[in-house]
Amino acid sequence: MAKPENEITWKDLNVGFVVDEPGNASVYRTGDWRSQRPLYNRERCIRCGTCYIYCPDMAIKILEDGYIEHDLYYCKGCGICVQECPTGAITMVEEEEKDGD
Amino acid sequence: MDKYLDRLGIYAARLVSQKEYFVPGHRACQGCAEALAVRLMSKASRTNTVIACATGCIEIFSSPFPLTSWMVPGIHVAFENTAAVASGIESGLKAIMRKGRIPLKKINVVGIAGDGGTSDIGLQALSGALERGHNMVYVCFDNEAYMNTGIQRSSSTPFGASTTTSPAGKVVPGQTTWKKNMPEIAAAHDIPYVATACPSYPFDLMEKVRKAAEIEGPAYIHILSVCPTGWRLPPELSIHAGRLAVETGVFPLYEVERGRYKLSIDLPELRPVQEYFRIQGRFRHLTEEMVNKIQRRVREEYEKLKKKVMMTREG
Repeated sequence: MAKPENEITWKDLNVGFVVDEPGNASVYRTGDWRSQRPLYNRERCIRCGTCYIYCPDMAIKILEDGYIEHDLYYCKGCGICVQECPTGAITMVEEEEKDGD
Repeated sequence: MDKYLDRLGIYAARLVSQKEYFVPGHRACQGCAEALAVRLMSKASRTNTVIACATGCIEIFSSPFPLTSWMVPGIHVAFENTAAVASGIESGLKAIMRKGRIPLKKINVVGIAGDGGTSDIGLQALSGALERGHNMVYVCFDNEAYMNTGIQRSSSTPFGASTTTSPAGKVVPGQTTWKKNMPEIAAAHDIPYVATACPSYPFDLMEKVRKAAEIEGPAYIHILSVCPTGWRLPPELSIHAGRLAVETGVFPLYEVERGRYKLSIDLPELRPVQEYFRIQGRFRHLTEEMVNKIQRRVREEYEKLKKKVMMTREG
């Protein structure tokens, strides 16, 4: 999709409401729904990937060395990774407000 | 040695492919286990898949026009005809393959719907498609009410649950009927594969979807998807709640392969249902008498299931 979502008019839409770009929802930022932010402690992580498999928002990436990284563009702050982590390597902290956000 | 092997199981997630066919940016609520179930399902069905998606939570959050979270082709259909459209896609693909317009290859056709689109509105289309024997997979994501329209009861809502159309009050204690046993209805069609799954057991779920996709003929998978919004529980507990549903016997995981029942997780002893109810707001009003009534029913159903496993065992 070339244009941002709010600039699309009906003239830009395909006939029959066909969406011809797979996975274009990934432009949509769900990270700003968050009221709590996951905080990751690398030292306690055993690199099991449990948080990765349980994340409903695909917001956890497994890095090449096996550690993980939260993608805060998508993380909705549900806290499932915190609950399911076997070693308690992730905790939730209050999201702070940033200027311009 | 066993002790260590048990612990190795925790690393199983590292073996799963990191390729996603359902991308982030979808608009499911925080902690939605249905989004997780869809993600795991699409991971297991992989590429070469066509999705027919009924109206419902999944359709609402995965494809808000003009965006889509799907990396595989899909069609949005009305509530009642998911299975009919999926069977049409399957027949259409077969016809154009026969005519040589596309190369001959295995394409999975997956019909997905919620519990309303399966056990209430889409039941006759589903029954027809199962009976005709189309080579497709039908996946029901059961969150036990019509969640996207505002938590109205469906026939899949369990006994005693409070929803907006079966509110718990002084006279009526929430839902007054028992949950419709959809997997059994599908199994009664004598189809090759029926299974129940829960995203709290992700590897089991993926294995079942894989198996269903590979099996020739119709397959039905019933997935319990915890809905933190509708079940009134904190979003971080949605995986835990699914696990409790299985461990208390409320939602046993089993598969029926060519008429043979098999328990996926055989529990020597069920946990009390109270543990499952305690964390959910929709069961908060239940009296001890009602909990006992449900507990008796859950035990009976589980025993019945175990008997079916015994009776249909091979050899």
